[in-house]
Amino acid sequence: MLRYLVRRTLFMILVLWIVSVLTFVIFFKLPVRDPAQQIAGKGATAEVIANVRHQLGLDQPLLEQYRRFAKGLIPLPGFWLNEQVYYNWTNRVAVWEEMRRDFPYTAVLTFGAAVLWLAIGIPLGIISAIRRGSVWDRAGMVFALIGVSAPTFWLGFLFLWVFHYGLEMFPGSGIPPQESLWGSVLQGRFFLPWLTLAITSAAFYTRMVRGNLLETMSEDYIRTARAKGLSERAVTYRHGLRAALTPVVTMFGLDVGILLGGAVITETVFNIPGIGSYAIRSIFQFNFPGTMGVTVFAAFFIVVANLVVDVLYAYLDPRVRYE
Amino acid sequence: MERLEVEREAPPSAPAPPGGAPEIVGRTPWQLFWRRFRKDRWALGGGAAVIVVVVLAVVGAPIAERLTGHELDETYIYSMTDEFGQPRGPTLSAELVPPEDQQGGSVFVFGADGLGRDVLVRILYGARTSLVVAVFATAIEIAIGIVLGLISGYYRGKIDTVISRITDVVLTLPVLLLAIGVGFACGSTKEGCVGGLVRPGIVLVSLIIGLFSWPYLSRIIRGQVLSLREKEFTEAARSLGASNRRIVFREILPNVIAPIIVYTTLIIPTNILFEAGLTFLGVGVPPEIPSWGRMLDEASENFDTQWWLMVFPGIFLFVTTLGFNLFGDGLRDALDPRSDRSTQ
Repeated sequence: MLRYLVRRTLFMILVLWIVSVLTFVIFFKLPVRDPAQQIAGKGATAEVIANVRHQLGLDQPLLEQYRRFAKGLIPLPGFWLNEQVYYNWTNRVAVWEEMRRDFPYTAVLTFGAAVLWLAIGIPLGIISAIRRGSVWDRAGMVFALIGVSAPTFWLGFLFLWVFHYGLEMFPGSGIPPQESLWGSVLQGRFFLPWLTLAITSAAFYTRMVRGNLLETMSEDYIRTARAKGLSERAVTYRHGLRAALTPVVTMFGLDVGILLGGAVITETVFNIPGIGSYAIRSIFQFNFPGTMGVTVFAAFFIVVANLVVDVLYAYLDPRVRYE
Repeated sequence: MERLEVEREAPPSAPAPPGGAPEIVGRTPWQLFWRRFRKDRWALGGGAAVIVVVVLAVVGAPIAERLTGHELDETYIYSMTDEFGQPRGPTLSAELVPPEDQQGGSVFVFGADGLGRDVLVRILYGARTSLVVAVFATAIEIAIGIVLGLISGYYRGKIDTVISRITDVVLTLPVLLLAIGVGFACGSTKEGCVGGLVRPGIVLVSLIIGLFSWPYLSRIIRGQVLSLREKEFTEAARSLGASNRRIVFREILPNVIAPIIVYTTLIIPTNILFEAGLTFLGVGVPPEIPSWGRMLDEASENFDTQWWLMVFPGIFLFVTTLGFNLFGDGLRDALDPRSDRSTQ
């Protein structure tokens, strides 16, 4: 186990390093337009632009720029998203500060949606599997297909159109700046975003639970359990479901990990000031460090989620052993 | 079990040939597949939806342009925007608009957008964009996925380790954020990036999507190849002195075609959504190309009153992805003997 953890940690470092190189190349090498010129403004003289470039550190040798940038990937205080590089190019505020301000919104969005999608996805999958071929199964599969096929942003707009503008049941998009996060939650501002995110995710869970449960229920040990005289309920829920749900843990961990790095589209549709919409706003303002900060942060979450999920899996599934 | 019945499903009423056993008709795997597939109404419906969308994109767009008399980029500001500059919704008759303002006729089935352009015509041309990007991106994905999957599954060992680790890394990347980054860096100016080699447009978006999403396919193929290379027929070919190349292309590849086809029909809708999402965020195809993602982005401001800008492009997007998904699911069920839907 220890060896495994060491190996996984090394892999994490490798992934973060690759993310750093990719992000660096994307934001420092690919753009044709000069960020210094964009920040300096339209009528800026060459002198001003050169000045801005110097301030942003863009006139230094590439390797030096990369070194300063990559330092921010080390998750230790003093290094992690260091302010020499990761500051907002438009207002000089540390990216870390702005992300700390925005992250709670992303977290509330993610966890609320996660609760909802588990509550929808898993029961629907179980019913579909147990009553295979019934109306329930049909309904579950139609729901899954719709969820898999529907574009998140369109679904969000539809919900706003119907439930906000039409029925006036829920508040519209956007969060007033003076309102506290919990105030917004209590106002129900998160309900439609949760629903949007949950439906598109729940679909995958429904399919997965149904498929896994159907497969598990045809295994030999289920027949043994039945032969022992257990009730069908006990067989399904105690023996079948346990094996069927372990892969769901993996998927759940990865999904949450990805979303914590910013639910870009949902946040954009509902104007939620999370780190996803921060990333997309930053890029259009040529505030590249903002987007880079979120990317690094997101990579970190995904990598950690992967590790947690794999370790957890070994506990949940006795057949899995790590060396 | 039901699979066996299908294979010896000789009509029971058929008269036995005199003096012999009843004739047993052999069926190729494709015939078996087709017998199963054509019973799947959902999948046939999905296939039909896909065909309709493709036909609309290829021939429907110019026909609609001709029928309505509205060119793709023509702005009917006088007839289709009101005195506040707001677009008019679906109009089927000429009565609403004063005759002197009726440039180009006034039948706008899906209404007009903020610039007074015909939404129907733009949706139909947008279908082209969606389909072309999805096909390009899928082709890139499949090419990379097949090559890497075949190599790592067949040669195993060190090559496999390296390729598998690369696959793992790409799977752990924050794909959407990186795609947004590339899309913006290369797509925000006409000059493109990499010294003008990659310019904004359909190719750029396809490249972004394809290059970030091949690992799933590569993993699937690797898994298949790992088991196929141990099968008797591969061994037989090897013992006859077949070269690696021959074994890979003539023995193994034909056996992974089925999963590749299934997976292809299932990643096309994902790629359509990916493109629409990137364009929606403003880092996909450039503004001069009609696209569903951009139409939905433009709708986001005022869809409480200008609902037609949001509803119609969304329906087309949704029906297209749903059609591909239904079709792909049906293909998988019909090609995979272990599937369960046919037991219903």
